[in-house]
Amino acid sequence: MSAVIDSHSDDHHHGPAKGITRWLYTTNHKDIGTLYLWFSFLMLFLGGAMAMVIRAELFEPGSQIVSPEFYNQMLTNHGLIMVFGAVMPAFVGLANWIIPMQIGAPDMALPRMNNLSFWILPVAFGILISTFFMEGGGPNFGWTFYAPLSTTYAPPTVTFFIFAVHIMGASSIMGSINIITTILNMRAPGMTFMKMPLFTWTWLITAYLLIAVMPVLAGAVTMMLMDIHFGTSFFNAAGGGDPVLFQHVFWFFGHPEVYIMILPAFGIVSHIIETFSRKPIFGYTSMVYAIASIAILSFIVWAHHMFTVGMPIAGELFFMYTTMLIAIPTGVKVFNWLSTMFKGSISFETPMLFSIAFVALFTIGGLSGLMLAIAPADFQYHDTYFVVAHFHYVLVPGAIFGIIAGVYYWLPKWTGNMYDEVLGKTHFWMSFISVNITFFPMHFVGLAGMPRRIPDYALQFADFNMVISIGAFIFGLTQLLFLFIILKSIFAGKQATSEVWEGAKGLEWTVASPAPYHTFETPPEVK
Amino acid sequence: MVLIKRIFAALITCCASLPLFAGWGDVNMTPGVNALSREIFDLHMTIFWICVVIGALVLGFMVYLIVAFRKKEGDKPAQFDDHPVLEMTWTVLFAVILAVMAIPATFTMIRAYDDAEGDINILITGHQWKWQYEYLEDEVSFFSNLSTDLDQRNNIAPKSDNYLLEVDEPLVIPTNKRIRFLITANDVIHSWWVPDFAVKQDAIPGFINTAWTQVDEEGIFRGQCTELCGQYHGYMPVVVKAVSPEDYELWVNEKKEAKIQQALLTEKLWSTEELYEIGEGVYQTNCVACHQVNGEGLPPVFPALAGSDLVLNDKAKQIEILMEGVQGAAMQSYAEQLSEVDIAAVITYTRKAWGNDASGDGEIVIPKEILDYKNNKL
Amino acid sequence: MKAATKTNLKLVSLVLGMFCFGFALVPIYDVFCEITGLNGKVSGPTITEYDDNFNSREIKILFVTKNNENMAWNFTSEKRILDAETGTAYTVDYTFENPTDYPMVAQAIPSVSPGKGAQYFHKTECFCFEEQLLQPGEKLTMPVRFIIDPDLPDDVPVLTLGYTLFDISESHIKLQASN
Repeated sequence: MSAVIDSHSDDHHHGPAKGITRWLYTTNHKDIGTLYLWFSFLMLFLGGAMAMVIRAELFEPGSQIVSPEFYNQMLTNHGLIMVFGAVMPAFVGLANWIIPMQIGAPDMALPRMNNLSFWILPVAFGILISTFFMEGGGPNFGWTFYAPLSTTYAPPTVTFFIFAVHIMGASSIMGSINIITTILNMRAPGMTFMKMPLFTWTWLITAYLLIAVMPVLAGAVTMMLMDIHFGTSFFNAAGGGDPVLFQHVFWFFGHPEVYIMILPAFGIVSHIIETFSRKPIFGYTSMVYAIASIAILSFIVWAHHMFTVGMPIAGELFFMYTTMLIAIPTGVKVFNWLSTMFKGSISFETPMLFSIAFVALFTIGGLSGLMLAIAPADFQYHDTYFVVAHFHYVLVPGAIFGIIAGVYYWLPKWTGNMYDEVLGKTHFWMSFISVNITFFPMHFVGLAGMPRRIPDYALQFADFNMVISIGAFIFGLTQLLFLFIILKSIFAGKQATSEVWEGAKGLEWTVASPAPYHTFETPPEVK
Repeated sequence: MVLIKRIFAALITCCASLPLFAGWGDVNMTPGVNALSREIFDLHMTIFWICVVIGALVLGFMVYLIVAFRKKEGDKPAQFDDHPVLEMTWTVLFAVILAVMAIPATFTMIRAYDDAEGDINILITGHQWKWQYEYLEDEVSFFSNLSTDLDQRNNIAPKSDNYLLEVDEPLVIPTNKRIRFLITANDVIHSWWVPDFAVKQDAIPGFINTAWTQVDEEGIFRGQCTELCGQYHGYMPVVVKAVSPEDYELWVNEKKEAKIQQALLTEKLWSTEELYEIGEGVYQTNCVACHQVNGEGLPPVFPALAGSDLVLNDKAKQIEILMEGVQGAAMQSYAEQLSEVDIAAVITYTRKAWGNDASGDGEIVIPKEILDYKNNKL
Repeated sequence: MKAATKTNLKLVSLVLGMFCFGFALVPIYDVFCEITGLNGKVSGPTITEYDDNFNSREIKILFVTKNNENMAWNFTSEKRILDAETGTAYTVDYTFENPTDYPMVAQAIPSVSPGKGAQYFHKTECFCFEEQLLQPGEKLTMPVRFIIDPDLPDDVPVLTLGYTLFDISESHIKLQASN
């Protein structure tokens, strides 16, 4: 433990380097956190721009602005960029900034690897985006890249896509190893596991999930690569392989991945609800167990994405039951949040507004997820807009609202200035309304029979699609306001105190605002 | 201005239809037309209302919390942080609710997985981007292509009522008979879905999945491919026409008769104009997706036909490509999909259209030549 | 630092282990499919003997032949429907013909549906156990011999035996080149 601190003693007493080298060579967890957050923000706008193209194409029936082929590239890259470029790096960025401060550690355990794990990300996405300018265009087989559409029938650029996925995976794995090692070895004296802040807890479990499943994804894309270039037949029926095997391997990664994108948000929201209700979190222990059981269950539910591939009935029933079980720990969490608010003294600053919206809308997403778990009903829901509505409800007002809430919550700690509360509330209300205009009608068109991933649709879906598109445009534009609010708080704003929020608990609120470049060089005592 | 009006109209319709559920079919799952689909619909409505009630309770309680416990001057928040009895209670409560949902779902599942014998067995094959139907008992086989024309898709012509949900030849099935579907694919994974039957089954190359249906009423039922299968995934609808068993018999005989008629047609003397006209239609349905209306294709994947040396001067090679497809390329064999007349006509069309007539040898292909090609193979 | 190094080593081995597990899923899946009949996968040749006093029953068997993609061969089965009895051996002939003017190699991939019937479909001889090489214009008739296990569950009155013919000439050429 002390050795970790010693290894940094050379840059103990000076601040950050000047100019670009500060960012290129930095090993400081706060700098790297900032880099991750800005990168994910950039990716959010890039993936969002693709979503705008999709919604413009679907604004009215008939061909609008892009060809079906380009539309497929848009929906594929929208998915890939949002999942691997926006949501995941944003959580890693928050982890980098906050976890060492929450557990009273001076930095991450492996600072040089931390730098590497960030800087390979822009390379990965650079490769991915460069495929758009190559012959054959970018990946066009959906973010789930089912074989053989992504192998035998893929554009030649699929090799670059595989390479990019490998790098993204390596980045996530390195980031996770770093986070686990930091949490297990560098907690301040006295901070036992059951005293750890919930954000740290959720990230510990998320990091284990990442380490368990990212290598499986790497394996899946490696098998694809071998099928394409080395004549193997993992997924090719001609050589004795099986395209359905790809789906099993993919979803063995893919389902835990879904929880990777939501668990840290649970942690963030728990902190915020506790702070703004001015009451300790209800059922801390059950929260921890709930998160752990969600994580464990996530390994035995994957085939609920594949109810229509023709599984034997025993398989369908098994995956239906296990999937339904997930509702129990998730319900426990929602009730814990509500109980935290009960008899509290609640104030409604922007982070709290986003957190309350998170709980409400995540509940809707969770309930539609429960409906999707019912295998026979899923024969009708599967691959329709109902599914699109479901996962956007858990990812946009779920994961992304969680991230936005976290950013507002910790922003004064990062910049030293309060953000503009009026603008923050405007941002919230605009986002909250438009997110529902966008995603709620998707339930209806899905149930009425509109398949997902189509560039044009039958006339009965026209009205709702127009509404969805309008909602999406408003939501997209609103996020520019978020950018402005962040920039404004970097350069101006009311000076924040160290505590920032009345009654906020946790070690991160004991250091000055903005947080000094080095914090907790001497570990604090936790009682 | 028109657009703004439309947007407002759309908003108003949607707002109006939500509380009134005026167009129930536009916002909810179809109950369908057979026992299984109705059972799945009932199951859906049961879990839907359970979810609505849970959702309403949770959201209602949230509103109460937000109103009742907002920060007031001098109030002291409670400091409790757990309540084991309460926590156990709601955990058990969730489990009970889930069991209530799981039990009917299990029974429905068992009924959906019925492997009983079918009166009629139909092999459904997904191709990029069309469906092929083969009636195993009656030896009838045909392809079903989207019939919505490009002008509608490109917003030049007004859109018909069944825009993107219409095909040149629907699957015909008799009512009150047990139909068993054997579902597979020829290239990538597709998924065959007819909401009214509650049948959605993935079509996977090399494997055969089964599904079944029995329709009580005559009618036309529409669905779509629901697994991303490439560029024109959105353009391969499923149309099923359910007719009385008597009409079905008639239809089968007609199909068989047509096959014989088709063979006779190859003997007929064809004029260039006749072939050109048929060929244009065939081209619109089968070829424009890749080779485009103007014959320019989308190089490098889909080569141009206009001005192509092969199309201009190598008739024999062109016939071979149509009949055998091109190995390792998107071009498939049309020998089974199109009749001899259609193949001859479409080749003739490509050799005459877009100025190819003037720059090439301009020879036409008659159906007899296609038949000869087939016979030489055998 | 020691504790941290230990943690790191553990985590790295977990990563490597899970990477291998990804590949291990392939054989695990195959075994799983054979046990459960998932995807209608059927194993190689089997020799089965039954007691004389089994109860045979009637069953319908459908034969389906498909050419994958641009496969140019003519591939047909002698019959499409067979009314059979469990426990009796049958032979059905399949015809292959290569109409092109170059030699081709093909592999037929069998699939039995419903999946739960697959493990009761015993093939004692099948062309699908090996690849077929046909010279230009060559025509070949090959049999499938099979017995349906009398233990076939009663709720399976129909079995479908499908073959999809894949053109594997290209990978064959590649393999030969590399040898």
